[in-house]
Amino acid sequence: MNYIIDAYQFCASHFPTLTMAIGLLLFPLLPVIIAVAMYVWWERKVIGWMHVRVGPNKIGPFGLLQTFADVFKLLLKEVVYPARANKALFVLAPLWALVPAFAAWAVVPIGSHVAWSDANAGLLFLLAMTSMGVYGIIIAGWASNSRYAMLGAMRSAAQVVSYEIAMGFSLVSVLILAGSLNLSDIVNAQAGSKGALDWFFLPLLPMFVIYFVSGIAETNRLPFDMAEGESEIVAGFHVEYSGAPFAVFFLTEYANMILVSFMVPLLFLGGWLSPFPVSWGWIGAPGWWWLFAKMFVFATAYLWLRATFPRYRYDQIMRLGWKVFIPITLAWVFVAGCMKYFGWVVAGA
Amino acid sequence: MNRVVNYFKSLMLLELWAGMWLTLKYLVRPKYTMRYPMEHIPKSNRFRGLHALRRYPNGEERCIACKLCEAVCPALAITIDSAPREDGSRRTTRYDIDLFKCIFCGFCEESCPVDSIVLTSIHEYHMEQRGENVIIKPQLLAIGDRFENEIAAARAQDAPFR
Repeated sequence: MNYIIDAYQFCASHFPTLTMAIGLLLFPLLPVIIAVAMYVWWERKVIGWMHVRVGPNKIGPFGLLQTFADVFKLLLKEVVYPARANKALFVLAPLWALVPAFAAWAVVPIGSHVAWSDANAGLLFLLAMTSMGVYGIIIAGWASNSRYAMLGAMRSAAQVVSYEIAMGFSLVSVLILAGSLNLSDIVNAQAGSKGALDWFFLPLLPMFVIYFVSGIAETNRLPFDMAEGESEIVAGFHVEYSGAPFAVFFLTEYANMILVSFMVPLLFLGGWLSPFPVSWGWIGAPGWWWLFAKMFVFATAYLWLRATFPRYRYDQIMRLGWKVFIPITLAWVFVAGCMKYFGWVVAGA
Repeated sequence: MNRVVNYFKSLMLLELWAGMWLTLKYLVRPKYTMRYPMEHIPKSNRFRGLHALRRYPNGEERCIACKLCEAVCPALAITIDSAPREDGSRRTTRYDIDLFKCIFCGFCEESCPVDSIVLTSIHEYHMEQRGENVIIKPQLLAIGDRFENEIAAARAQDAPFR
């Protein structure tokens, strides 16, 4: 233990900026990485249970270390570069997907103004980062020099562009009611004397559903995983990836899923606020545990949806995005405006 | 009018909820998985696994080298040589079974007039070297000696139905 402290003090005194930077990076990222590992385990468990199986149960207690074993296996494997692939882009693509997925965590608050960056344009930053990630997928598809990968990349691009619009509109309705782009302010705007009834999911019920569904489509998860589509295009954009770069894509996907599972409670379900009225004492007190409990529900819902629904056909996805979600969101933005204008919903009441 | 009702019904996502309710019920069901090395599926007394040669209770080997099993074997997995023993009785000098050829049909056991060659319920065995797939007479007799109780019990259970 002393060696570690000595090493830390040596680094801190000789390379203060570097130490600070690495510390600032590791502090939020390590929990995300461990959460991803646990999430993969939980996914395999839940889907196993729904298949009337038991899921991984051999490595570690209840199979908890299964993901770590898988990760080490992937890291030790050879990275195969396809013939005539664009090698520079091939290496860049997973990083391009990973960096925005992690950067987005900077603005996610776990308490009132408790965030790495309490940016005023937090929501905008988040939207920007989540849409940046798709470039990693497109580059991966292009650089692989494979038809399957290219098809997967094209599908992913079209899908993300379509659902980004619906997602953006549902965010606009939240902004109208909350009157702020700061995520902490959005949550605080949902506080009130009636507990869960003051949250935004009630006045914005269709938007709440649409946001979550668009989130699933944005992260390319079942039933919207056209970018992967094993049965049609093998594995889509990452068909040529093996070893560590594949692990990075995997990490990105799950980090994005957890991010969306955080965003839904923050935007619609009062984040760290208790579902019970504040006047009920300790059970009505806000706290990070409420946020994590809500996040867990949506993270599990992701897996539940995956176990339940078959993959959408491609034209059905486009139809759902353009002909169902966008009209509904457009209409509800107007409704949200009316609710705000006539004072039916008062932020922070 | 019906179309309008159906439209709003589809917005309620009723079918999706029904599907999710189904998977939720499956989530809490008892699981079918057999945790194999720790748990075993119960085996029938007619299970046809690894071969064995049996002995009489006095220690004399049952096999009389009639070669019916060799003749009936559809996979030609059995090879038998025979010669008179010192006491003049006909015995096998060689009794080989190639486990790679064997299809575990059980005809050898059916054809045996003295219940010598039998298929035991052993199905967990392996070979480490080339050539170990051919098991020879001493091995077969050793398997028979070791599992005689189980073999006899399984035959006794099945006897009323034969």
